[in-house]
Amino acid sequence: MDFNDSPEEAAYRQQVRDWLEANAPKQHVSGSDPEGGDNLVPAKAWQARKAAAGYACITWPKEWGGQGGTPIQNVIFGQEEARYPIPGNPFQIGLGMCVPTVMNFADQATKERFAGPAIRGEEIWCQLFSEPSGGSDVASARTKAVRAPDGSGDWLISGQKVWTTGAQFSDFGIVICRTNPDVPKHKGLTMFWLDMKSPGVEVKPIHQMSGGSGFNEVFFTDVRVKDSQRLGAEGDGWKVSLVTLMNERLAVGGASGMGWAQFMEAARNTPGIDGGAAIKDSALRDKLADWYVQAEGLKHTRNRTMTALSRGQTPGPESSIGKIVSALQMQDLANTALEMLDQYGIINDPELSPQHAGFQNSLMFAPGLRIAGGTDEILKNIIAERVLGLPGDIRVDKDVAFKDMPTGR
Amino acid sequence: MNFDFSDDQKFLKGEARKFLDANCPTSRVRKVLDDDAQGYDAELWKAVAGQGWLGAAIPEEHGGLGLGHLELCVIAEELGRVVAPIPFASTVYVLAEAVMAAGDAGQKAHYLPKIAAGEIIGCLATSEGPGVVNTANLQASVDGGKLTGTKIPVTDGGIADVALVLAKEGGKPGLFLVDLKGAGVTREPLKTLDPTRDAAKLTFAGAAATRLGGAGEGLDLLEQVLDRAAILLAFEQCGGADRSLEMAKEYALERYAFGRTIASYQAIKHKLADMYVKNELARSNAYYGAWALNTNAPEMPVAASAARIAASEAFWFASKENIQTHGGIGFTWEMDCHLYYRRSRQLSLVAGAPRVWKERLVSHLERRNAAA
Repeated sequence: MDFNDSPEEAAYRQQVRDWLEANAPKQHVSGSDPEGGDNLVPAKAWQARKAAAGYACITWPKEWGGQGGTPIQNVIFGQEEARYPIPGNPFQIGLGMCVPTVMNFADQATKERFAGPAIRGEEIWCQLFSEPSGGSDVASARTKAVRAPDGSGDWLISGQKVWTTGAQFSDFGIVICRTNPDVPKHKGLTMFWLDMKSPGVEVKPIHQMSGGSGFNEVFFTDVRVKDSQRLGAEGDGWKVSLVTLMNERLAVGGASGMGWAQFMEAARNTPGIDGGAAIKDSALRDKLADWYVQAEGLKHTRNRTMTALSRGQTPGPESSIGKIVSALQMQDLANTALEMLDQYGIINDPELSPQHAGFQNSLMFAPGLRIAGGTDEILKNIIAERVLGLPGDIRVDKDVAFKDMPTGR
Repeated sequence: MNFDFSDDQKFLKGEARKFLDANCPTSRVRKVLDDDAQGYDAELWKAVAGQGWLGAAIPEEHGGLGLGHLELCVIAEELGRVVAPIPFASTVYVLAEAVMAAGDAGQKAHYLPKIAAGEIIGCLATSEGPGVVNTANLQASVDGGKLTGTKIPVTDGGIADVALVLAKEGGKPGLFLVDLKGAGVTREPLKTLDPTRDAAKLTFAGAAATRLGGAGEGLDLLEQVLDRAAILLAFEQCGGADRSLEMAKEYALERYAFGRTIASYQAIKHKLADMYVKNELARSNAYYGAWALNTNAPEMPVAASAARIAASEAFWFASKENIQTHGGIGFTWEMDCHLYYRRSRQLSLVAGAPRVWKERLVSHLERRNAAA
């Protein structure tokens, strides 16, 4: 048991380090939007540079234009890349979820058309799944696609998607649509890819409770797509979406920068209950210990996952606990920090608040992290059902035609 | 990255599980539970010694198997899983580890072969009353090689041959080895929350005591001893926590209420998912502890604290929510749930309560932070 690279891993790491030292940016170019919207130019340049050197899609098969590399090589590159001030990554959803779906289900010409530009960062993709009436329950999508009345075989898409990351700067998207409302919900869905600049597509930013606008609503009004843009068979959209979603929980999970170490730093510099520093307050020390133990638990769980990858094994289900722990901790830690600041905690001003108002930002972002990419509740269902083997929930809509399903607001 | 046990270690774990499934079913544990006169399962103890486990981490020159501490970790997990009613922790994690860490050549040659052979049982005697023992309130004292004082509770104190005792000498705390079969030792059995493990009050009136390690180094040495024990105990706790989750899952899948298995209700599913998350956090922290123990890393105090805190929390949560999942039947003497509930308390308190370890952890982090 150790934390060392195998000889092959060490050699790969050295090769990556050498390349990064010669090629990676040495200082931040611009932008602080984690969704990457305000730094597209440097992000695209960095992606193109990685692609040219074979580091853009390390694990993709060679026939897709990838390197046919191993997951552990991908992890090593990510670790080394993170040591440099690289621009935010607006390609993650496309390269992690959308384009692999296209590569699995599209015809040869389509694959050839899209793979290269996506790898090189020339074209950005978004995933159009969630709707106002269905977040966790993606299969209840109402956005509909019907055959055009002109007999061309084309489809017309109408409806609304929501929480679409990066839609405002995406070139293409994959969209799940209702094509048959007369069968149960999972059976009447079909997946398409589409050009986000098609007539009838309208993107509106969502004003989040945290103040930012990283996500969008996307409205479709008779958006025409060709039948060749269909991914998978008509009615097989749910099966196709499972391929897409398989990678989502790996892609979502960005922890905030505000962890136990930042809290400890702030606590050393904040007056506590008895006149000494807040770090001496036993209630806060108790919490600090808990957060440290959780953070270490997650870190070493990742090390266990990496070990499985390094040994060429499939990682165990333990990797599923990450977001559920980190999102809850983010909220608890932020709130406790505010309590530590006492009356001053209400101030949300980077000039005045400790850690540039990082705790206040965390507090306002944490509710979103507990929902995005699988709510706490859905993730617990997944652990219970897929890891522990407990039965699925009783589904009252399973055998009901979509059009007859009970609906609320 | 190689942060997992080796195939050989996993094989040993599998063999240990088979052995304990055959030799330590809960019916055996219950014999100790139900019989006040029985402090441990002597037959199982002999069988465990026969497997070589007592000397797994003891060097071959001292009669052990000379394996590493990682092997001891996988054995510990399996012992915790079956709530084994034997003084393994007191003898191996405490006494053997303390002698290996701080004993002189003579002490090693005297104690280690006997431990490996299953000829002596050890115990740790630090507590003297309610609350945390410290330099100011420590009463036991050694003068001219004679120990005077009272220790309560001492896990395995009623069955042990040798005690590792915290006592003052010349006003400074030290750790002392005391032969409990010798003169000047009185033992009184104690009723505890976990009768599957022995406990006693020990009174010393001029008992012969030999110092372990340097004079006045008692508290530092005790911390080292407890760090090592905490990591091994964490594996026992992980074993118990995982078994508690399994029991809850098995019962939930069989039990019907309102026309369906209770495992199909989200209230139960989410409870079991919470158990799983805590158990995995505990396991990952325990693994880091195992690495620190096996390499004698300077990170050991922090790693041990994190392992102990996470494992104590996981086992407590899993053992109490296992009873809750069982409902009324879980509250009966006949069901095994309470064996785990009891053991979770025993393991959490025996090497110092988690809140003490939390304080210790944060103190270490503060020092590390200040040094950085």
